[in-house]
Amino acid sequence: MLVLAMLTIIGAIALACTPSHNQSTFDTLGPVAENQAFIFIVIFWVGAFVFVAVEGALIYAVFKFKRRPGDGDPVQVHGNTRLEIAWTIAPIIILIIAAVPTVQGIFYAAEAPIPPSEGGLEVDAIGHQWWFEFRYPHPDNPGEQIVFANELHIPVGEPVTFNLGSVDVIHSLWVPKLAGKVDMIPNNDNSLWLQADEPGVFFGQCAEFCGVSHANMKFKVVAESRSEFDAWLQSQSQSAFEPAEPLAVQGKELFKSAGCTGCHATKSIMKLSKDGKKLPGRIGPNLTHMASRINLVAMLDNTEIGNAEPNDYMLQRNLKDWISNPEEIKPGNIMSAQAAVYTDPSKALEEHEIDALVAYLLTLK
Amino acid sequence: MTTVAFPIPRPKHPTGVWNWITTIDHKKIGVLYGVTAFLLFLTGGLEALLIRIQLASPGHEFVSPEVYNQLFTMHGTTMIFLAIMPLSAAFFNFVVPLQIGARDVAFPRLNAFSYWTFLSGAIILKLSWFLGGATNAGWFGYAPLTSMSQNPGTGIDFWIISLQVLGVASLAASFNFIVTIINMRAPGMSFMRLPLFTWMTFLTAILVVLAFPVITVALIELYFDRAFGMNFFNVINGGNPVLWQHLFWVFGHPEVYILILPAMGIVSDIIPTFSKKPLFGYNAIVLAGAIIAFMGWMVWSHHMFTVGLGPIPVTVFTLTTMAIAVPTGVKIFNWMGTIWGGSMDLRTPMLFALGFIAMFTIGGISGVMHSMASSDAQQQDTYFIVAHIHYVLFGGAIFAILAGIYYWFPKITGRMYNETLGKLNFWVTFIGFNIAFFPQHFLGMDGMPRRIYTYSEGMGWDLWNMVSTIGALILGAGMLLFMHNIVRSWRKGELADGDPWDGRTLEWSIPSPPPEYNFAEIPTVYDRDDWWAKKRGNVKHGVPVSGGSGEEEHSIHMPQPSYWPLVVALGICIIGYGLVYSYTVATVGTIIGVIGVYAWSFEPVNDPEDEDDAAH
Repeated sequence: MLVLAMLTIIGAIALACTPSHNQSTFDTLGPVAENQAFIFIVIFWVGAFVFVAVEGALIYAVFKFKRRPGDGDPVQVHGNTRLEIAWTIAPIIILIIAAVPTVQGIFYAAEAPIPPSEGGLEVDAIGHQWWFEFRYPHPDNPGEQIVFANELHIPVGEPVTFNLGSVDVIHSLWVPKLAGKVDMIPNNDNSLWLQADEPGVFFGQCAEFCGVSHANMKFKVVAESRSEFDAWLQSQSQSAFEPAEPLAVQGKELFKSAGCTGCHATKSIMKLSKDGKKLPGRIGPNLTHMASRINLVAMLDNTEIGNAEPNDYMLQRNLKDWISNPEEIKPGNIMSAQAAVYTDPSKALEEHEIDALVAYLLTLK
Repeated sequence: MTTVAFPIPRPKHPTGVWNWITTIDHKKIGVLYGVTAFLLFLTGGLEALLIRIQLASPGHEFVSPEVYNQLFTMHGTTMIFLAIMPLSAAFFNFVVPLQIGARDVAFPRLNAFSYWTFLSGAIILKLSWFLGGATNAGWFGYAPLTSMSQNPGTGIDFWIISLQVLGVASLAASFNFIVTIINMRAPGMSFMRLPLFTWMTFLTAILVVLAFPVITVALIELYFDRAFGMNFFNVINGGNPVLWQHLFWVFGHPEVYILILPAMGIVSDIIPTFSKKPLFGYNAIVLAGAIIAFMGWMVWSHHMFTVGLGPIPVTVFTLTTMAIAVPTGVKIFNWMGTIWGGSMDLRTPMLFALGFIAMFTIGGISGVMHSMASSDAQQQDTYFIVAHIHYVLFGGAIFAILAGIYYWFPKITGRMYNETLGKLNFWVTFIGFNIAFFPQHFLGMDGMPRRIYTYSEGMGWDLWNMVSTIGALILGAGMLLFMHNIVRSWRKGELADGDPWDGRTLEWSIPSPPPEYNFAEIPTVYDRDDWWAKKRGNVKHGVPVSGGSGEEEHSIHMPQPSYWPLVVALGICIIGYGLVYSYTVATVGTIIGVIGVYAWSFEPVNDPEDEDDAAH
């Protein structure tokens, strides 16, 4: 009876972890997350067994050994060496068994089956307060990188290694459906590898507390076929579109005169230094092809969930909201604290100027 | 007298507030610790409720993100340093001398000093809410979020200083209890006859003495970075933030056992009493406690599995952490062995103790889950961990502390609590606790990170967050019931006799509340559970020694109260504020402190006049 009731509880627990959610660690779609979920399931059932045994015995004992009127003192038992040795050794054996797949899993997650040294894809991921910068090796020119922000594209079925870094505080790169997290720590070279087994759009989020807008530091992963990925990377390496529409042209002028270019690059290529070192990028996200992204300012969706193409209407609305009042959307962000158009009331953007900027940014496909 | 008499005599039989301010009686200090820590526990609980209200629904704008970050940081710091630790200290103070048959602790004035210094630290931390904002970098204060460039406000400084001050208080208390337990045991009270609570106090005190210097060093380095522009953790000049994490967790993990070992001690005393059976496998439980305390030093990097230490260190810390489950399991199984075949009286303390076993087991199981680094890679920094720590620290430590409060309430106050209210309190707390924290396991596995002030719709986290918030409110109601019961019973509960539970250990052999001198005659101990053995008459020697009639008062010498512990603590408090605002103020504090230490050192043992009084 009791055991049955407890199994029901455990069943309910299993149901409660609905795997369809965006960041569910059970709905795994890549080998690293799958391995980690497997190890969790192993220890979950071991734990469920211990849970039923201990809690069951406890509830049984409460009913069985409850004091009744007229009871005298029970037998004063001081211990039982054999029993005590048994319940010391049994957990040791269970834990040793559970440790085997765990240690295998630790080493499995440590290095990609095709590491960058053997030609595996390698991406630099850099944490900023509060957005992610991604840099891809230029497919044609090894001395250059292609810079992108808040959205990650990966080819399906290939292990991708990430070099993790940070320019300010500690962040953590996490795509629950693809792999557990690894921290992005300034002055430390960490790496993480993951692989998507199916095409799709996956959710990622910063997992290490990193300040005021930690909650707003998210990104999306678009897994696509190798040919789609190559085409995407090719398009990202192109220069920004030149706007022709008058409002957009006006916006481009404003983009320079209002000081936006101080922090935002509109050239997606970054050269490595002569000795191959990576140079720090600009303070703000690279905007060369920002209108092709489904995720704006690390937190706003430019498309319906699951769609890998931005919806122009949503993008336009998000951009306008963001430029009008960034502090409202992402509290603490550096732009509202430092950009002259937000700190100096005499330079504040007017409605038509915002429209011009939005029109220009929308052309940056 | 060879020394020059200090012109200020010791206070003589002060009454009212002065009685409490100058007291060096371990029982009164225990009560001061308990009441203060409980009030601070309420402030931490209030912070928790505000957090839960903010997270009740997606995009809820109840507090700003800046305030939210202060709330969770202060909640963690408060509960660990200002609630659980000092609530445990309240029991160390009140119970340990009674359990070992002593009339006070080894250094009564140092004991008072510990309390007043703790209060200073608490004031420095909590008042920072009103002095430009509280600390906001998490209770773990990871560099470089705590650096001057990231965090120019005084919140971090108050946090650093208050932890240093609280460290002084904890260290003083721990040295005191180590010496007390080694030196002041009654004749025959060998180490392997010590009640379990005293044993765990002893182990905890050793952990404090070894762990706090580490955090002290780390905090001094951080203070130097902030105040003098040094570069211990300054990333821009090449500092390594991982250094902070190692220092913090080398302290932080033993700290977890500092929080839980006293709880295990409390439960190990309550379960035999209400089962009318001796502790099953006493030796194994003591040994398991010692092994946990020792192994607690070998597992710190399991807080850092995602830091990128490399697979070999991660494997080592995975294995050591999994191993620590074994002695913990031994304790749980031995408690089960104790109730098995017993005659269980389900009074409120026993209910909370059983609740402790049930909840701590769940926390232990989830602990093993994230001891396994592969599994932890998904759980680290999610609500799964939040659920785990609350199962061990609320379901574990706080349940045990509530059990202890009910258990020793008659001894402390001389009155009985209300049993019906107590049971109601247990069930409301137990149910509210599980509704609040069990769903957080689901949230964590569903990918909800910790320390986020909001989340968006469509993530699938709405339902369980709302459930969790409702649970937290029920839990709050449980705490109101507790307060009502305690306050009412303290004022007009039924009078309790010296031994209401048919107890087993020495504290039950004396009247409730105990007289100032505790034992009219220092007992000689012949047995583990000596008082029980004497009552049942199956002793080798001796008969029960009663606590005395109160007539003995004039023949027992007890030390007199003192002003100086308070003065020294006040000096430390002023130094603390000085280190944040102005070194001139710190100098004034130092002068006050030094005067206090000097006067303390040359304080007469007893006021000569008082001896004259006694002679009359």
